[in-house]
Amino acid sequence: MLHRRAFLGSAAAGLAYLAHGQQAKFRIWDIHCHLYNTPGDTPEKKMEVLIRCADRLGIERLILSQGYSSALHPTPDQLREENDRVMRAVRAFPDRAFGSVYLSPSHLEFSLAEFDRCVRDGPMVGVGELEADKRCNSPELDPIVERAIAMHAPIVQHTWMKADGNEPGESTPYDLVELAKRHPRANFICAHTGGDWERGIRILREAKNVLAEVAGLDPVSGVVEMAVRELGAERVVYGSDVGGRSFASQAAKVLGAGIPDSAKELVLGGNLRRLFAPALRAKGYPV
Amino acid sequence: MITDTNVTLSRWPFRRLDAEETPVLVAQLRQAGVTQAWASSFDALLHRDIGSVNARLADECRRHGSGLLLPFGAVNPKLPDWQEDLRRCAEDFRMAGIRLYPNYHGYALADPVFTELLRLATGYRMAVQIAVSVEDVRTQHPLVRVPLVDLAPLPETVERIPEARVVVLNWWSALRGDKLRPFANATRIYFDIATVEGVEGIARLAERLPPGLILFGTNAPLFSLQSAVLKMQESGLAEATKRLIFETNASGITRRTQP
Repeated sequence: MLHRRAFLGSAAAGLAYLAHGQQAKFRIWDIHCHLYNTPGDTPEKKMEVLIRCADRLGIERLILSQGYSSALHPTPDQLREENDRVMRAVRAFPDRAFGSVYLSPSHLEFSLAEFDRCVRDGPMVGVGELEADKRCNSPELDPIVERAIAMHAPIVQHTWMKADGNEPGESTPYDLVELAKRHPRANFICAHTGGDWERGIRILREAKNVLAEVAGLDPVSGVVEMAVRELGAERVVYGSDVGGRSFASQAAKVLGAGIPDSAKELVLGGNLRRLFAPALRAKGYPV
Repeated sequence: MITDTNVTLSRWPFRRLDAEETPVLVAQLRQAGVTQAWASSFDALLHRDIGSVNARLADECRRHGSGLLLPFGAVNPKLPDWQEDLRRCAEDFRMAGIRLYPNYHGYALADPVFTELLRLATGYRMAVQIAVSVEDVRTQHPLVRVPLVDLAPLPETVERIPEARVVVLNWWSALRGDKLRPFANATRIYFDIATVEGVEGIARLAERLPPGLILFGTNAPLFSLQSAVLKMQESGLAEATKRLIFETNASGITRRTQP
């Protein structure tokens, strides 16, 4: 029995090293959080669960978007409802979360008004995750991007390149690079780095105002290493894509990566603080 | 003690991995507190000379880790005389189990050859692992598109073989929603956590499946080993449940299957 206890103690020590020793060194901000697929029947209750998990993993800040929805074709009513849910969740934990506005270029006039309501006149500090039935290289994105530039709001754009083909209107990193070239003063975050990250990272190399985000794909070894090698640590950010994913599997890609701690610090939060600092300071939020 | 039921040695065909050298993987496993790891070989995915794949696997597990690595050989029942590969795994290498890759080897679980294989392996008192996937089907190489294994026939097949012990690996995408429900009462089919996702994902899985059927597994080194470790931490499980998942369930399988 003593032997067994000693063994369990040893195992626990190993896990503790991995679980606490690493994370405690970093201020972790998560760029990609949703209320979708999270237990709880209100935004506040769902947020309690997210914060409980974030606390277990040492994650300091969550950037929330899209509310309960993962709809690719949201109506204006859905957009407004989900943005309201995000604002309720953020209000419940103002020291732990920021909001990012959910818009659709298919409803451009509404989206511009919604940006003003939620970002210019409201508490939100970013745009996206943008998932809609128009690819993000479409001209309807331009007025939204101009609004975001004016408010220093970074834009998170969904991208994938699925082996069996994308959904109609689903954007790729190629589309985002095209948009980014039209708006060199805007800051873009390429959600999922296209999923097929070995191609996605290469596509992003030329677009210096686009950061690669590693959320929402399997915790494969090597993704963060390649992104840092090809783009520089200043252009890679951690996100989880909870509740479709866990905080844990996605953070593991960074915490387990063979990169220096200085690079991990940037990827896990330093880059987001740099990127969001103007928008946060403008609203009097701490960075 | 922690048993990792899902590690793989040798080279992943599509990318070099930081822990593809066995001593590096062993060091990472030890650092995580893993005391036993059930290991197969990436070579088994595409190689046809499965006999040499299994011989190398057994040798590699013997040379590294001082008993940490438990070899789980591969059997491809679509190859001629696959029964001899199984016999060697059982009798020559005295393996505790085998790992099957039905999607890479081109058969369905409804194929009678799977039932025959499961029956024979069970006769040797070996556990049988089924890798439902190895990587996300959405990111596969365009020339090597491998679908998920359809697990629907599995409960009925296992029910017909009373002593069979089956461990399902990398299954999350194949059993979304209600598809997991038929497995909640299938007491001899176990599930690893390598691909389980969602907020507090392991705790929520333990509400849908008896905790006695859940096994710690990492899919390392293809996946970051820390993923499964941190998922256990995120889930905030009771100590008793953690012990089941980390150790007790797995040791129960090898205790039943090993001579």
